[in-house]
Amino acid sequence: MTKWLEDHLPKVVLAPSFIAVLIFVYGFIGWTAWVSLTRSKLLPKYDIHGFIQYERLFAAPRWDVAMNNLFIFGALFIVISMILGLLLAILLDQNIRTEGAIRTIYLYPMALSMIVTGTAWKWILNPGLGIEATVKGWGFESFTFDWLVNPNMAIYTIVIAAIWQSSGFVMALFLAGLRSVDTEIIRAAQVDGIPTWRVYTAIIIPSMAPIFLSAFIVLSHLAIKSFDLVIALTGGGPGFASDLPATYMYAMAFSRGDIGQAASSAMIMMAVVFTIVVPYLYSELRAKND
Amino acid sequence: MAPILDIKNLYKNYGQVEILKDINVSIDSGDFLVLVGPSGCGKSTLLNCIAGLEPISGGSLHIDGQNMTDVSPKDRDIAMVFQSYALYPTMSVAKNITFGMKVRGVDAATQDSKLKQVAQQLQIEQLLSRRPGQLSGGQRQRVAMGRALVRDPKLFLFDEPLSNLDAKLRVEMRTEIKELHQRLGASMVYVTHDQIEAMTLATKIVVMKGGVIQQIGSPAEIYNRPANLFVADFMGNPAMNLIPAKAKANGEGTKIEITRKDGAPIILTDAKNRNLPEDVIIGVRPEDIAEPDFRASQDAQQAECRVDIVEPAGADTFVVMQMGGKQVTARLHAETSAKPGQMQRLAFDLGKVSYFAPDSGQRLN
Amino acid sequence: MTDLAMSTARGQSRIGKVALRWLLYIALGLFALYYLMPLFVMITTSLKSLEEIRTGDLISLPREVTFDAWKTAWATACTGIQCEGVRPFFWNSVLIAVPAVMISTLIGALNGYVVAQWQFRGSNLFFAALLFGCFIPFQVVLLPMARVLGLMGVAGTIPGLIFVHVIYGLGFTTLFFRNYYVSIPSELTKAAKVDGAGFFRIFWSIFLPLSLPIIVVTVIWQFTQIWNDFLFGVSFSQAGTQPITVALNNIVNSTTGVKEYNVDMATAIIAALPTLLVYVVAGKYFIRGLTAGSVKG
Repeated sequence: MTKWLEDHLPKVVLAPSFIAVLIFVYGFIGWTAWVSLTRSKLLPKYDIHGFIQYERLFAAPRWDVAMNNLFIFGALFIVISMILGLLLAILLDQNIRTEGAIRTIYLYPMALSMIVTGTAWKWILNPGLGIEATVKGWGFESFTFDWLVNPNMAIYTIVIAAIWQSSGFVMALFLAGLRSVDTEIIRAAQVDGIPTWRVYTAIIIPSMAPIFLSAFIVLSHLAIKSFDLVIALTGGGPGFASDLPATYMYAMAFSRGDIGQAASSAMIMMAVVFTIVVPYLYSELRAKND
Repeated sequence: MAPILDIKNLYKNYGQVEILKDINVSIDSGDFLVLVGPSGCGKSTLLNCIAGLEPISGGSLHIDGQNMTDVSPKDRDIAMVFQSYALYPTMSVAKNITFGMKVRGVDAATQDSKLKQVAQQLQIEQLLSRRPGQLSGGQRQRVAMGRALVRDPKLFLFDEPLSNLDAKLRVEMRTEIKELHQRLGASMVYVTHDQIEAMTLATKIVVMKGGVIQQIGSPAEIYNRPANLFVADFMGNPAMNLIPAKAKANGEGTKIEITRKDGAPIILTDAKNRNLPEDVIIGVRPEDIAEPDFRASQDAQQAECRVDIVEPAGADTFVVMQMGGKQVTARLHAETSAKPGQMQRLAFDLGKVSYFAPDSGQRLN
Repeated sequence: MTDLAMSTARGQSRIGKVALRWLLYIALGLFALYYLMPLFVMITTSLKSLEEIRTGDLISLPREVTFDAWKTAWATACTGIQCEGVRPFFWNSVLIAVPAVMISTLIGALNGYVVAQWQFRGSNLFFAALLFGCFIPFQVVLLPMARVLGLMGVAGTIPGLIFVHVIYGLGFTTLFFRNYYVSIPSELTKAAKVDGAGFFRIFWSIFLPLSLPIIVVTVIWQFTQIWNDFLFGVSFSQAGTQPITVALNNIVNSTTGVKEYNVDMATAIIAALPTLLVYVVAGKYFIRGLTAGSVKG
């Protein structure tokens, strides 16, 4: 018995986590998938009725808005964060004396809760008292900046706050990437008389392809999961103009009592994450095994 | 007396892949067994199997008469020195050495006296309070040895313990390990890819390739009578010359004919070996090709050879020639008159040559 | 530092070089202002009176510093029907975060130790399955988890929230420790086995003492994640057990009474303070620990 335990201790130690993952990740995904195929409303039902929930979902104007918003938000958030992050990383890589302090300032928003970020930006963007009022106070009476309450622009306020929160993290990723480029290659380029900007565009940035990929994965993952920021900043409003799939799912699950819709929208979110993350994880794990 | 280590029909598989095939080795108490072979030959896996760190897939393993096949490492009464030394980074040298005793519940006084004794033996008393990170490579090596010595086990296992040291230190430590073995009379199993280490340390060598034992024997046997082409080529530096030749029996013995690019074939007559097939590969150690009057032997046969390259190496001078389509190296004395491009008269010591079958690679004589 | 930095703008005139340098610092400074501005606005607003907020502008310093908003935020602000400030919720967050961080870190360390040093058939599959769990959108587990917490009798309780955070934190904690332990040579484990130490002894005596950098990383990561969590908090808590993020959102978005922006900001800062503090104090260890790899010896 002791010999058996001795030999199998690693498995015994791993077993609880394994069971937990099996139930609470995979089992729960299965449960949600199952329920998404039923007519569940306030309470879950378990008779399968095909894709009726998905048909309802894709017919719902609110879901349409949420997916559109996800696309706008995701694209802008990812692209601008990456550009800004790369720019900041390159600027910081120029032998800056106060680098540590500046890096800390660029990165600290990452430590904040999205709810805090949302609260802060909600106040800054408040049309009556925030930036708009301040600029008007400087004498520009015709200045308006009402995105927060403008149904067509509300989603962009979320983009602004999200970029503020995450671009510093992207900067840190890229900075680490810049520092890991083989210095001999750079020296060789300098000996060849290649100008600095060309060294960046032709040698350093192309060699950071894996970092671009990581940044993309992390940012897209953040974008799809974005929930707290919307709740705190716009509450999904005005109306549901700035809804994202995550807030749609939450509304269906906990305020509308429509479990079928909640489950099917969650499954769609999951599918979006899968299409981005699975190829990445697969290639990562393969690379590690080689 | 039972052999101290007795391995019978040992197999080791990883899934479908056979790593070790039908290993049979046994050593007596006091033996210094060296497992040698190129990387990937399975020698380290075999050592790990002996230690119990890898389970074996078939066969049996006895240490000092006790069946240890399924016994965990801690109960095998062994000690092991690793290639990376594997010193516990957060413990002082003293703690590293006493950790095993502490785990086994040895009382503090015994721990202390054993530690003192080993530290004195290895001259590491002044290092006892340091951390491994503060030690040089050679010092770490000593501490790793100390950790093994303090156990006073039935069997010491060494996994390429010198391969991380620089060349000079490696030779020093090699001598020290040899001296330690002689002083303690302990039984040791030692893995290395370095054939010089194998030759200098071993009382018994196991040459391995592809998970199969190629030859077991004393250093002299391995060196002088290699069992096949692989062993012949692997052991010895510069390597044994392996020259394709034709053998024809005649009245005095066997006539060995070696072709040459320029000029007539070299013809040597081997008086001792008969019954050789027509196609053979003749194996001659570089030191068995010498200037006629320098290393005279009654079995020596002389021939004129064109010298291509002369490489003075201090104590010896190596000359390289072309024979049978191969480069052949001879070890001449330092003051040789051989010059590149010139003919040189050389004596081949046929009393020490090996013959191999070209197809199977097995030894013929 | 890339070598490039050393020779930036080589071959240009000295004046051009100095000008470029100035430009660089100005750009960096402007960006720093951009990142600091919201924090600055939060702090100044929280120190102003409501009167001053209505008449003054966003970025001016307070004419008169008052801590009334902070007092209100801490002790009397209304979150829905309750008016006890954020104090109870702050402690809820502490009560959730501290055990959840400790438990998930400990389990992650053991898991990582097994996956990195005691591999067996299937252990890599387990790791892949766990890693994959890091990436699922939590929306997909919200509904079943709500029911399971109910079945377990911990719905709406702090232990329930701790449980949820531990479960969904395991992926990252295991990942951190696994990646750290995998860089420790397996010979160390072998040597300890020959020395007679068992699974837990090796973990306790050899691996744990080596783990400080990665423990710091994991604790910071988990603490930030759990303290800042909103989704689980809002889904699985009830009136008395809400974490501070939920309370903050309730205060800010409460529709009753006069909008007290200074109280909102003070509450937001209180909610942000623990993670900010952790970041400022230990942030560099976080970065260092993440990049720390092989161990000497």
